[in-house]
Amino acid sequence: MSTATHDHAHGHSHDGGHAHDDHAHDHKPYGMMRWLGSTNHKDIGTMYLWFSFTMFLVGGVMALIIRAELFQPGLQIVRPEFFNSMTTYHGLIMVFGAIMPAFVGFANWLIPMQIGAPDMAFPRMNNLSFWLLPPAAMLLIAAQFAPGGGAGVGWTMYAPLTTQAGPAMDLTIFAVHILGMSSIMGSINIITTILNMRAPGMTLMKMPLFCWTWLITAYLLVASMPVLAGAVTMTLTDRHFGTNFFNAAGGGDPVLYQHIFWFFGHPEVYIIAIPAFGVVSQVIPAFSRKPLFGYASMVYATASIAILSFMVWAHHMYTVGMPVEAQLYFMYATTLIAIPTGVKVFNWVATMWKGSLTFETPMLFALGFLFLFSLGGFTGLVLSIVPVDVQLHDTYYVVAHFHYVMVAGALFSAFAGIYFWLPKWTGRMYNETLGKWHFWLSLIFFNVTFFVQHFLGLAGMPRRVPDYALQFAEFNMISSIGAFGFGLSQLLFLYVVVKCITSGEKAEQKQWEGADSLEWTHLPSPAPYHSFVTPPALK
Amino acid sequence: MIQVKTRLINRQMCMRLSVFALVMFGFGYAMVPYYKKFCEVTGINNLLQPSLSKGEVSNTQIDKSRWVTMEFDANAHGMPWQFGPIQRSVRVHPGEMIQVAFEIKNTGNSTLVGQAIPSYGPKHSAAFVKKLECFCFKQQVLAAGESRQMPVQFVIDPALPASVNTVTLSYTFFEVPAADKKNVSAPAVAAGSAG
Repeated sequence: MSTATHDHAHGHSHDGGHAHDDHAHDHKPYGMMRWLGSTNHKDIGTMYLWFSFTMFLVGGVMALIIRAELFQPGLQIVRPEFFNSMTTYHGLIMVFGAIMPAFVGFANWLIPMQIGAPDMAFPRMNNLSFWLLPPAAMLLIAAQFAPGGGAGVGWTMYAPLTTQAGPAMDLTIFAVHILGMSSIMGSINIITTILNMRAPGMTLMKMPLFCWTWLITAYLLVASMPVLAGAVTMTLTDRHFGTNFFNAAGGGDPVLYQHIFWFFGHPEVYIIAIPAFGVVSQVIPAFSRKPLFGYASMVYATASIAILSFMVWAHHMYTVGMPVEAQLYFMYATTLIAIPTGVKVFNWVATMWKGSLTFETPMLFALGFLFLFSLGGFTGLVLSIVPVDVQLHDTYYVVAHFHYVMVAGALFSAFAGIYFWLPKWTGRMYNETLGKWHFWLSLIFFNVTFFVQHFLGLAGMPRRVPDYALQFAEFNMISSIGAFGFGLSQLLFLYVVVKCITSGEKAEQKQWEGADSLEWTHLPSPAPYHSFVTPPALK
Repeated sequence: MIQVKTRLINRQMCMRLSVFALVMFGFGYAMVPYYKKFCEVTGINNLLQPSLSKGEVSNTQIDKSRWVTMEFDANAHGMPWQFGPIQRSVRVHPGEMIQVAFEIKNTGNSTLVGQAIPSYGPKHSAAFVKKLECFCFKQQVLAAGESRQMPVQFVIDPALPASVNTVTLSYTFFEVPAADKKNVSAPAVAAGSAG
């Protein structure tokens, strides 16, 4: 991989005093080929993060089209078919294109540094995992231009609508296949790295919690992603090859699709949430200047959540006509998840208890996460109760619930992580004032957008419909204003990051006083292109 | 750089995890027969109910604890028509779907149009006899000498008061004046609401 050129154009300095035998390892290829062929976990992590941000903007524009149409009752801006396509691809792109790759980016950057490994276990597979994403994203975007427009089937892709949709559905199915393959390969890489590549002395129970959350998430991915691949493959063969998995006329059952999908779909919720827990578990102790409270219980709570996540899938489908015994089982199993989640929230709060708190941007986002994710958890508990869910199923209450978990949960945690590690990644500090502006604008506009949607749902407004009854007009207008504010605030984030990379102040090796994982204690800022070529000496 | 031994262990782990992923792909497919069997055994959400596929229709709304006698009466008012039920009476369970037939013959020597008007005894039982098909829904045209069998399909509502154990259904044909001739049916096939 090394060329003879000495490329230090990216501002790397090697004076950081790290123990690192320096023969021809810090050379990297120029330009395009550096990125296309890169097997370096830091390059790949960077690409994952930029890809994720790009997709975040694409999915965000789709969300704004939805909110623009819902600004007023009636049909003003888009046709209903296009609206349905927007809700579908907004969901798919945000889940598979924005949030998941963002946390895989974190995993790539941080796991090798935090466990003292030189790189990921399979660097070439790592490259392939990333480069599968852009074609998948292109398929999802190309689906908009297929005959008949994008498939307006919802991100859950329920049969029988999907077996009847136009050619866009095939593009979407292939995109899901590719994304699934990418995720599975990425997960195999992460599991192998964490289990086999730890530096001597770095036992599993000494790993930073972020690595633990990713180890568990990666197992969830390997177990659940193939099930989704199976579900969409069945849809594909139902569409084109004469099978009847979901076709009632041929002896199939569309409800079967929902069972298979949610067997994947519920673990997927935790695939998104658990790495977010990991990031927050690094950030809160650092700004509390205390070790994480109840480390072992955090590990066990995360593992319990992961195991329970495979046993509760049908709470997404209480209304399909289930016997009451099944509803009771899924209801009790779902409410059970509140216990390990409560342990985690308790531990985060206890970490802050009597700590020397400071409130830099990463901490603000972590606290925003803590409050709003808990709120999303509470509405989740409300929805787990069968008689309530039967009323609220497919209303805006559900939309509000999962955006509290996905946006204020996962996305805020990702922001916290980016602000937290940006000094380590770039060697430069972001602008703290602008970072705080980004936080407060995001927090306020997020709540303006989504808090009112609880009321809309309670009043009975159905989701995924481009028009609505007049009594919902005020709340929808408020929500749309919030959405545009939230969207614009993210451009400020882009500005802060670009400004940090190009002209931020030089960051210190241990930029955050309370940070204690290896990338802060053993590596300079920016982290060198090759780190821990010889394993660090650990006490 | 990664040592050879680690590389070997990594490769083994990659193989194991790939096999696990493949097994989970298979598991998705295994859910199909498992789901079918599960629904069949527990009787949930069963699209291929065995009783349905054997052609039996089970009706849970039949009140097998009581019998009601339906008696049939038939008259033709001022028309040369012979009109009568095939069976004088049937014993039925409330909720059961019953089909009976009436026969009619025009003994006159011109084509006539008639309409049958039902009446019930006791009178308040009318609301409990739900007719699904009846020749009385439409006007009947009979040429001279023509005869016809006509079905009546009905269900007795299980809400029929317990004191009633016999219901008489009586039809009387009246000739339709020429001005009102509409909705005429030669073979009396009419699907309509209970009436």
